[in-house]
Amino acid sequence: MYDAVMAETVTMTGDGGAAIEAYLARPLDRGPRGAVVVIHHMPGYDESTKEIVRRFAVLGYNACMPNLYHREAPGASPDDAAAAARAAGGVPDDRLVGDVAGAAALLRGLASSNGRVGVIGYCSGGRQSFLAACRLKLDAAVDCYGAFVVNSTPPESPFARPAVVGLAPQLSCPLLGLFGAEDQHPSPAETDELGRILTELGKVHELHTYEGAGHAFFTVDRPAYRPEAAVDGWRRIVDFFGRHLAA
Amino acid sequence: MCTYQTVRVALEGSGKGQGGWFPVSVASVYFDHSVHTPADHTLNVDFLNPAQGPAARVAVELSARGARQLAEAILAALPAADPPAEPGA
Repeated sequence: MYDAVMAETVTMTGDGGAAIEAYLARPLDRGPRGAVVVIHHMPGYDESTKEIVRRFAVLGYNACMPNLYHREAPGASPDDAAAAARAAGGVPDDRLVGDVAGAAALLRGLASSNGRVGVIGYCSGGRQSFLAACRLKLDAAVDCYGAFVVNSTPPESPFARPAVVGLAPQLSCPLLGLFGAEDQHPSPAETDELGRILTELGKVHELHTYEGAGHAFFTVDRPAYRPEAAVDGWRRIVDFFGRHLAA
Repeated sequence: MCTYQTVRVALEGSGKGQGGWFPVSVASVYFDHSVHTPADHTLNVDFLNPAQGPAARVAVELSARGARQLAEAILAALPAADPPAEPGA
């Protein structure tokens, strides 16, 4: 079996036609194959999230992660870039949607594409994954512990973000949600409410909450890592994308 | 959690970063993920000069207890009344 993959930094067209940095990983066979847009967590476009992008390529997907902080901090180290983006008020929702749309277009344009594109996001990217799946035509979406989907940020927050669950009627694809029972952002009560709303709307969804895990349990380089939840979460992601992104 | 909570403070002073000393114009203060400290969350302060780019940054990540002690120490170290003029004033 030929299993070579290639991973590289590329320039892609993001929201408003802006040229932004992205990390692209893909199997080197001819395909056809599905694709995944990876939305990095709030700490940024970092090494551990690039590993996730490469893992999707090894799993048989073309995968692209836009650097959401490129505009604020081109060429900066990931932690400096995250700090600069935070100081500037964070990533605007409309810009995020445009950047995911650009990554999806790049992936659909690859010669090995089967035309199907999913999205996955972690932490703040979980909310952004849900948002993108409501605003764009996608084929599958995964929300990994995204806060402020059901509840808005507190009004006094200078980082204010509105809840996005009101967009659920426009959710364009099946949703997989992976959460930690010990997380407070989002809390189990919020994710229960998300499930109730999606059921009421007749939206295809699977939400799983892991006992003994809190926020960011997929991050292998942080104390929040919980191997049992992460291993089972990856199993569910592989199964979910396998069903929805196959040709 | 990802708190999204960030308190920004405009200030005057200087910090020493990877490129040497630079004027600090703003501090971001937030309790959120840490980059280096082996803890899920820390009280983080970024002393920044956005005009000089993202690398003009002095970052600290503190335990909640340490951050409170530091805040008290700063207040204790400052003159109680009639603060002196700000630098450059």
